[in-house]
This record gives sequence, structure tokens and C-alpha cells, in this order.
Amino acid sequence: MLDFPRWKQVWLWFVTLACAAAAVPSIFAIAGLTWPSVLPHPIVNLGLDLAGGSHLLLEADSNQIRQLRLEQMEESVRARMAKSEPRIGIGDVSTKDGKVAFMLNDPSKADAAREELQTLTNGAGTTGQRDWDLAINGGLIELTPTEAGLKQSADQAMGAAVEVVRKRIDKMGTREPTIIRQGSSRILVQVPGLSDPKALKEQLGQTAKLEFKLVDTTASPNDRTQGVAQPGTQLVPFASPEKDGLVPLAVFRLGGINGDQLTQATASNDPKTNESIVEISFNQQGGTKFAKLTSENVGKPFAIILDGKVISAPSINEPILGGQARISGNFSAASAQALAINLASGALPVDLKVIEERTVGPDLGADSIRSGIIAMLVGTGAIMLLIAVSYGRFGIYANLALVINVLMILGLMAVLGATLTLPGIAGFVLTIGAAVDANVLINERIREERHRGRRVMQAVETGYTEASRTIFDANITHFIAAALMFIFGSGPIKGFAVVLIIGIATSVFTAVYLTRMWVALWLRRARPTELHI
Amino acid sequence: MRLLKLIPDNTNVQFLKWQWPTTFLSVVLMIGSIVLLFTQGLNQGVDFVGGQMIRVTFTQSQDAPVAALRSEIEHLGYGEPIIQTYGAPNSVSIRLRLPAGSDTNAGLADAMSKRVSASVKTAHPDARIDGVDSVSGKVSKELGWTAFKALGFAAIAISIYIWIRFEWQFGVGTLISLVHDVILTVGLFALTQMEFDLTAVAAILTVIGYSLNDTIVVYDRIRENLKKYRRMPTEQLLDLSINETLHRTVMTSVTILMALCALLFLGPKVIFAFSAAMILGIVVATYSSIYAAAPMLLWLKVTSNSFVPTETELERQERLARERK
Repeated sequence: MLDFPRWKQVWLWFVTLACAAAAVPSIFAIAGLTWPSVLPHPIVNLGLDLAGGSHLLLEADSNQIRQLRLEQMEESVRARMAKSEPRIGIGDVSTKDGKVAFMLNDPSKADAAREELQTLTNGAGTTGQRDWDLAINGGLIELTPTEAGLKQSADQAMGAAVEVVRKRIDKMGTREPTIIRQGSSRILVQVPGLSDPKALKEQLGQTAKLEFKLVDTTASPNDRTQGVAQPGTQLVPFASPEKDGLVPLAVFRLGGINGDQLTQATASNDPKTNESIVEISFNQQGGTKFAKLTSENVGKPFAIILDGKVISAPSINEPILGGQARISGNFSAASAQALAINLASGALPVDLKVIEERTVGPDLGADSIRSGIIAMLVGTGAIMLLIAVSYGRFGIYANLALVINVLMILGLMAVLGATLTLPGIAGFVLTIGAAVDANVLINERIREERHRGRRVMQAVETGYTEASRTIFDANITHFIAAALMFIFGSGPIKGFAVVLIIGIATSVFTAVYLTRMWVALWLRRARPTELHI
Repeated sequence: MRLLKLIPDNTNVQFLKWQWPTTFLSVVLMIGSIVLLFTQGLNQGVDFVGGQMIRVTFTQSQDAPVAALRSEIEHLGYGEPIIQTYGAPNSVSIRLRLPAGSDTNAGLADAMSKRVSASVKTAHPDARIDGVDSVSGKVSKELGWTAFKALGFAAIAISIYIWIRFEWQFGVGTLISLVHDVILTVGLFALTQMEFDLTAVAAILTVIGYSLNDTIVVYDRIRENLKKYRRMPTEQLLDLSINETLHRTVMTSVTILMALCALLFLGPKVIFAFSAAMILGIVVATYSSIYAAAPMLLWLKVTSNSFVPTETELERQERLARERK
């Protein structure tokens, strides 16, 4: 017991001081002081419930990802078949029922078609897994995406979506957003300090898929009204039917251009009409394609389609060669600005829908921090007083351990990048109460051993060993509960569990090891024959 | 200086004399909680049933104008709101179901929160909108399920741990006192109709952790004494163990309750229900570690013999060798 070698003391003090020192910048921040930025400054993150801000959980539609993949495959199949030598003629391609299906004009070319398609069905990875199942039945060819292939494409789409979301939020000038992908189809966006997420939601709610497609002027108004599209065309409704009419426009499905190939998009005003417009610039490749499309179709109308709705359908007056274009379509200044940001950040590969939204006003957050700190100080003060008057010198040691414990929790949270939330503050207060339990157990045991007539040294020794076993069992069960809260819980439960887990570790360390060292050193120095406990 | 003792040394309270009245009390309270749970039900928050919750503080008023708010919001045509004060009498949470069709059109929920906030602000200029939570039905179902999983797994994992560390009777005793504590805590939510949300689940999980902690400390001492006093009648031995750990039990409960009371009265009002639930949970857990956990061992017939270590052949030979010397 008394044998506490120097290296052990140094080690305990090192761990203690390192963790406690890490808490200092956070304390500065909470107290509103500035910490010199040249020094390392891990600061504990405040959750939205304390800092105020918005929390949005967005979900992508997995059916849409599936459909998108089918459409991409359709494009590839067409391109491949068109390039094949000798040419393999095919009929119309359908993307219904979760598969790409088409008929060969000449069923005897089935083998040649299989060979051509084989390379398209292989997975991108090196695992040799197939992305598509290929079925040939006479002249009918069907391509069905495999689960692995779908999973991979959903993965890619979500990865891309997170990037697009990040770019958009950055361009809005938002400070320190947290953007995390959750599970297979969700994105969590947290923006501290933003108490009205309306603009943010509108920005993220727009997919911003821009397409330029030629209008099929031969389609009869009757067919269009009844929703009948000729092969190779599709019907697209207008974005503002009150102005442009309820009858959808027929456009050619293929041969258009989409907005992927933009380098820039800015909102401005049309000098003539003073209407809000968005100016876009294509990159080299897009510009060439756009020039070709406009040169070949002078005099014909083409539709500018945003997220599946026609925003305008002007006629091509002259070839547009400079790679720049202007889009008009009943924009307000704000919606033109929002569209410009979205076009410049790229289209979302999938639509995102807000399925959970939480906002906390800044005043409530500030109230919570203030009252949380007051509760913590009062609670801790009261506990320390009780412990001091109950256990004397041993109580002082326990109190010292308690203060160090609080600093260590804060320091570890800062270093680990954990977030302090409102339930986290409750966790703090609870941990302080529970940390004392270890010292209560030890001190009670020592007292008991003295009553049984053990000598001072022996009583202390037995007290620590016997109580340690109980402390261990009790903390393990606490830890199990906290770990499960962390794993399965969400939101507030998680924030609470983080503090509990860290607190369990530090309170065992401070309450058992540190006090033991102090007691041992005191016993060695003072050699008391009576314990006042 | 004389040191403070909350409880005198060497108490000799015959706790188990009261085992039948207390058991009766526990059973009545548990049945009461369950009945309340089925008749009143829990006042589930948007976390678990979905919907929209708007928190408002009336900065210039003593009390929130709940009745006025109710009729104003009902006029907006979004159905009947649930309006409750939380934490302080001038703070309310207003809960509404999400309008039909908001699963596909996110704008509907937005429009609702905007109209409600605007109407509250016009009628009450001192109203401060403190936040809006919108949870779709899909997410709320998942939140409910994960919370349930967390509770279920916690109970299972902890029982396995106790079963490994102690004898089976102790495992059963722990589980029963745990169930007792959880039912009574949930019963409090049913009785007071405090909002039952994710934070409430965190409170229950904490009570589980604490209930075990307390039970384990008492059990640990019982186990130690069973080995030490092999001839003592079980009832007397249980009483002795409880008395020996009594000062600790009281000390720890008091310190934790002090911390929680500070949180309840001075702390953030948003977690008022959370603190209240934990306070009750801890009082109940302290009581159950004495009156549910210990008598359970008596009824399950724990004796010193439960702890006769099974000797291996090697140990037996060593023992015989020692005895021969």
C-alpha cells in the first residue's frame, strides 16, 4: 500500500495533468475569454441544443436511385449498339419494372449482342462481381441490376450527394456546418447558429437537374393533353402552368444536353426586361455540344427543363457558339440566386427530402448553458461540502479527485472531438454524483475495518482492495448501460451516453488510483496511529 | 472536528421484518403503474409519434396563456394542439400532428410551423419562439424502435454480466428489482403526463444503471458475508449486510440526489422532466436495493452452501496434503 514507486506517481500525475490541461481552452471559451491561438486549442463542441441552430435529416429516395441507374444503362446500351460493327439494330428500350429491356431487330444477332453487352455488365471493382444480370430470350434482351450493383450505385450517388450538399451550404456562406452521411440513404446536416432553416431547406430541396431538350413540334395537342407520348419523346409539364398552360410539352428524350457540364452560374438581371435570369457558362465539351445542338436546329424551339419541369421553351434564333447561355423562367431575385448556387455546385444525383428537422433558438441554448453551469456548480459545491464534513482528510482527497475528474472529462471530450449536449450536461452532473460513490465505498470500508480493530495501514489497505472489487462490478454495469445507449441511441441519448462513458473511466481513475496515491503518500509521511474518518 | 454521520454507526435495523408490507407496497405500486400505463397511457412526444413541436417562451409573463393559445391555434385548422408547460410556467411546448400529405410535400409542415409561430407572435408580442422540431412518421417509428432496442439490450447484457459474476439467485433478484424500478419510473410519466421522449428513455437507462449499481453493492456484501458467517441464518445475515452497507447507500443516494435536485431546480428547463424522472428513479432504486433485491434472495433460498467452491481434483489433493502435515 505504502509502496508507491516514483515512476507510478509520475505516470499518474502525467495522465492527470495532460487530460486536465486539455480542458483549459474549453473553460476559456465557456467563460468568454480568448485563448492564444498559437497554443493547441481543442475545444469541446457544443451541441445544437446548447449553441442554437438547425438540424436536418435528409433522405434520398432509393427507387429514384434505381431508376436513375436504369436510365444510365439505357444510354450506354444505345451508344454501344450504335457503335457496334456490324451494326446491331435494336427496337425501343424500356426501363420499366426495374430492368432495361429491348428487342433485337434481328434475333440471330443475339450472340454478337451478348458479347457487346458483356463488358457493360461487369462491376467497376476488382472483385469480379457482376453489376447486371444479362438474360437473352430469343430476340428479347433484359438487363437487371444485381443487388451488389445497386448497392454500389446507391453508395456512389449518396457520396456525390453529400459533396453537392457540402458545396451548396459552403456557397451560402454558412459557418461550420456538419454534414454527415448516415446509413445507406441519409444525410445529416447540422448548422450551428442558424435558427431559421427555411432558406437552407429550399436550397437543399432543389435537385437542380438542368436539361436542354429539343421540342417535338409534330406532337398533336390532343395527344399531349391526354398524356400520350410518341416513341422517343416524353411529355414534360410546365413549371408555371398558370402562365404557360396546363398542356405538357413533348420533347425528344435523347440528344439533349444536361447541366453537368457547367463551369459557372451567376444570377443577374436581363438589361432589357429587367427580369431575373441565371447566366451559365459551359465547359469546353459542353460548349461544343451546345454549339452543335443550336447550329443544327436554328429556328426550332427547345425546352429548358429544371427538375423535370419546363421553365421556358424559347426558339433558337441563332447558333450559340460562345459556350454561354441565359436562362429565364419567372425567377425572383432570390430564386435566381438560389438556382445559380445550385447549378454551380452541380445537380444532386437524387432528390433529398427532409424527414426530421429540429431547430433551437439561440436564447434557449444560452439559457440552457447558463442554467446548466449554475446547476453543476451548486450541485458540485453541495456534494463537496457533504463529503468534506463526512470524511475529513479523506473527504478532501475525494473532493480533489472530483475536481480533477470534471476537468478530465471536459479535456477528454475536447480531445476526442465529442459533442457536449444538453443531456450531456445532465450526464456531467450525474457523473459527479456517481464519482463520489467510489470514494464513499472506499472510505466506508476503511472506517468499518478500523471498527473491526485493524491497524491503520491494514484498514486502509483492506478498504481499498475490498471496495475496488465492488466499484469495478458497479461501474461495469454502468458502462454496459452507457455503451448500449451510445450504440443504439440517437440524438439526446447519444449525447448523454458520451459523457457517461468518459465519466465512468475518469471517475474510476481519479477516485480509486489518484486518491490511493495521495493517501499512501500521506500515510508514509505522517505515519498516523489513528484515522479520523 | 467531529465528522458528520448521516446514519449512526453499527445500526441494527431489522429490515426484513418489514419484507411483507413492503412487498405488498411494491406490488401495489407496480400494478398501479401498469394500470395507469394502459388507461392514461404515456404522453408521447414527437420523437415517438411524429409531428411538430414548437417551443415558446413568454418572456414578459409569469404564466403562459395556455387556454388562449389553444383556441388561437385550433382556429388555424391544424387539429387540436397539445399544449403543455415545461420547466418553467412561462414556457410551453405546442405539439401538432403533421398535416396530411406532408410525407410527400415537405412544404406543408413548414407552412404549418410558420403559420402557428406567426399567430402566436401576433397575439402575444412577448412570445419568443425557442425552436421547432418536425419529425416524420418514418423517423419517429425508427426512433421508437432504437430506444426500445437500447432498453432491451441493456437489460439482457446486464443480466448476463450478473449471471456470470454472481449466482443465479442474484441475477434473478437484480432483474426483478430492475423491472420494479423501470415500471415505477415509467408509471411516473403516465401519472404526471410529462412528455415521454428520447430524453425520458435516457433517464430510464440511467435509472437502470443506478439501480444495478445499488443492488450490486448490497449483493456484493451479502456474498462476502455468506462466505464469512457460514452458520448465520440467512435472514439475519441479509439484515447484517444491509446494515453494514447502509451508510454508503444513504451517502451515495444523498449525493446523487443533491446533484439532481440542483439540476431540477436550477438547471435547464428543457430537461426538467428528465431530472424529475431520475430523482424518482433513484429514490425507488435505493428502496428496491433493500426491499426487493434482498428479500428476493431469501425467497430464492440462497444459503452459504451456494458458495461452496467446487474443488478440482488437484485442489483436493493439495488440501489433503496440507491437512496431513
